[in-house]
Parts: sequence; structure tokens; C-alpha cells
Amino acid sequence: MISLIAKELRLSFRHGAESMAALLFFIIAGTLFAFGVGPDPSILSRIAPSVVWVTALLAALLPLDRLFGPDFEDGTLDLLLLSGKPAYEIAAAKAASHWLTTGLPLLIMAAPLAVMLRLPGDRLPVLLLTLLPGTLIFSLLGTMAAALTTGARRGAILMPLITLPLMIPSLIFGTAAATSPHPAPPFYMIFAMLLAALPLAPLGTGLALRAAAE
Amino acid sequence: MHLLTAQKLAIFRGERLVLNGVSFALRPGGILLLRGANGAGKSSLLRALAGLTPLVSGDLFWDDLPALADREAHAARIGWLGHQDAVKPALTPAEQVPRSALTLVGLERFADLPTRFLSAGQKRRLAIARVAATPKALWLLDEPTTGLDSASIERFLALCSAQRARGGMIIASTHTPIDLPNTEVLAL
Repeated sequence: MISLIAKELRLSFRHGAESMAALLFFIIAGTLFAFGVGPDPSILSRIAPSVVWVTALLAALLPLDRLFGPDFEDGTLDLLLLSGKPAYEIAAAKAASHWLTTGLPLLIMAAPLAVMLRLPGDRLPVLLLTLLPGTLIFSLLGTMAAALTTGARRGAILMPLITLPLMIPSLIFGTAAATSPHPAPPFYMIFAMLLAALPLAPLGTGLALRAAAE
Repeated sequence: MHLLTAQKLAIFRGERLVLNGVSFALRPGGILLLRGANGAGKSSLLRALAGLTPLVSGDLFWDDLPALADREAHAARIGWLGHQDAVKPALTPAEQVPRSALTLVGLERFADLPTRFLSAGQKRRLAIARVAATPKALWLLDEPTTGLDSASIERFLALCSAQRARGGMIIASTHTPIDLPNTEVLAL
């Protein structure tokens, strides 16, 4: 599993520009909000957590069609499934590499972006604390949706249709935790979602990959 | 020493029944060549034998036990060379295949060059090297000699001989004649 993650990271490093696309989208979209809403700090600081969450979600979707697409087309997927490793392990490795190449950079960049959007300093740790399980959920569910649409003829259209409803609950509770004066209950909720997705999403992804290879 | 037995396999591709009633037995050191026109189901049969595609009916036995009951265990026996090379253009050959195996196919000079600079035949050799790199009991090869020059075909045949010498089995689909003694042919 470690070797598979290492290979994925090396590949994404070689495809530097493509890998940066999600992060760039995140920064640009967040910045546009600052221009679009105007310089009024009270409005900006109120919507900052939601803007960061929504743009992070959309940015996390961007690399998903490259997650299994090239592997499916060049025969690597067959080879992975015949590596003797269980399919859920391959799925977990893919989700982990998606998080390391997309989720983690988004999480790191979220801090300066939130500050730029006038988020009060004392709210920043809460926002980042909700984005940590949030980005992990994006990677887990996104990997599953990517596997489900692998090999489908209109995968590019299907993908957001499958992913967005799956991710809306985490978005609701994530932004609730980041904006509410009592962040604990929604935070527990999003953490519970992560705990559910952690074993279930790789299992579903593995089954979807087997079906895609048939 | 192992034995692979197929009994009356039937395989679907998409919505269509491409193969029905395929039976064969393969002994240690055995080579089975799949022959047939384009679309006869050679690739589908190889994918089914690997456990990638489910069998509609029929049985596949490995040493008299159902081979596909544990797909991970079955996969661990298989050296797979698919229709495509499954090489990543952005990685170097040495990052995808052990260096010792690159010498087997004469690619050691290109070990640290990005694979996108390699020709189609060289990529095929890289894929062959990956199969040869790890000792597997059963090689499943889909058109292994596509794009290979005569020297590379000689090397490939030597690798096949080495595989059968250690008791391994090979099932290959091919249009070109494979010049090895005692090969069985399955016409589809």
C-alpha cells in the first residue's frame, strides 16, 4: 500500500501543473469572493468559513476524473487488480494519495485564504479543525464516485451528480461547526461521518473498480 | 507443480456471449496458444482466466480446487501482460520495473529516461520485463509480440523457455507464429 501511494505521489509530482490545478482553483475562487462581495469586513468575515468550505469542496472534485481514468485506459487498473492485493486496499491507497496531493494542500492554503477573507483569528483553528475531517471525507467519497464512473461513457457528467449529494451532509455540518458558537455537536457529526466513510468508502470503491474492469 | 484445468467455460463480453464450451488442461511447463480471428474472444478468455471478468458458466480449477474462489490468491499466481502496456509515460522504466528485469529485455540503457521517449515496441518490452521480473506460476499474455523486432522476439522466446523450465505455464493469444517446441494450440 505504501509503495502504491509512493508511486501515485511520484506521478502527481511529475504532472506538476495538473496537480496544482485544484489548489489554484481554490485560491482563485476564494479570492474572487473577496472582490465580488466587496471590502465590507462584517459580511466577508461572516461568510468566510462557508466560502472556504464550498471552494475546497469544488476544488477537491477537480482531480477526481484523473484518479482512475488514465489507469483504466492504459491497462494499469487490470494490473493493480491482479497485484494480489485486495481491491479495497488499492482503493484506500488511491484515496490516501488524493488527500495527500489535494486535501492536504487545500487544508494548508485554507488558513491564509480565510485570513484574507477577514475570518477572525480565534475562529481559524475551528475552521481548520472541521476542514481536516472534511477534506478526508471529500477524498474518500470522491474516490468512490470516481471509481463508480470509471469506464462510463459520460463519466464527466455523472461524476458531479454522484459526488455532490454525497458531500452535501458533510458540507452542512462542516460549515455549521465552523460558524456556530457551539461547534462541538456538528463537529462530532462530521467526525462520525468520517468514521463511517473510512471503512465503507474503500470497500465500495473496490467493488466499483472490479466492476469497471469487467 | 501445478495444473490448470478449464471445463466448458462460457464468457460474456458486454451483452454478447463470445465464448462457449471452452475446455483445456495445462501442465507444468505447458504453453497454450490462443488462435482466432479478431473478436473471437481471445482477450476475453484471458481476462476471465485472470479473474477480471466473471465466468458465465463452466469451471476453472487450479490443482483440482476452484481457481477463482479466492481472487486475490489467484491473482498472486498470475503474471499479466494485457492488451495495453500499462506503463506510465511520466515515470522512468526503472521506476516501474526492477532494474535486473530491464536487462532481460535489453532496456538497461533506457532505465532512467522518461518512458514517453520510448517507442511502442520498447514499451511492450518494458511490459514484458514486468511479467518476467517476478516468478509467477501462470503467465497470461495478450498479443505479447505486438510491435517487437526480431531480436526482441528472440529474447521474449528465451524468457518463455525459462518460464517453462522452472515449471511455469503460459497462455498467450497471438497471431504471429511462436517458435517454441511442444506448444498446444486452442482455436477459438
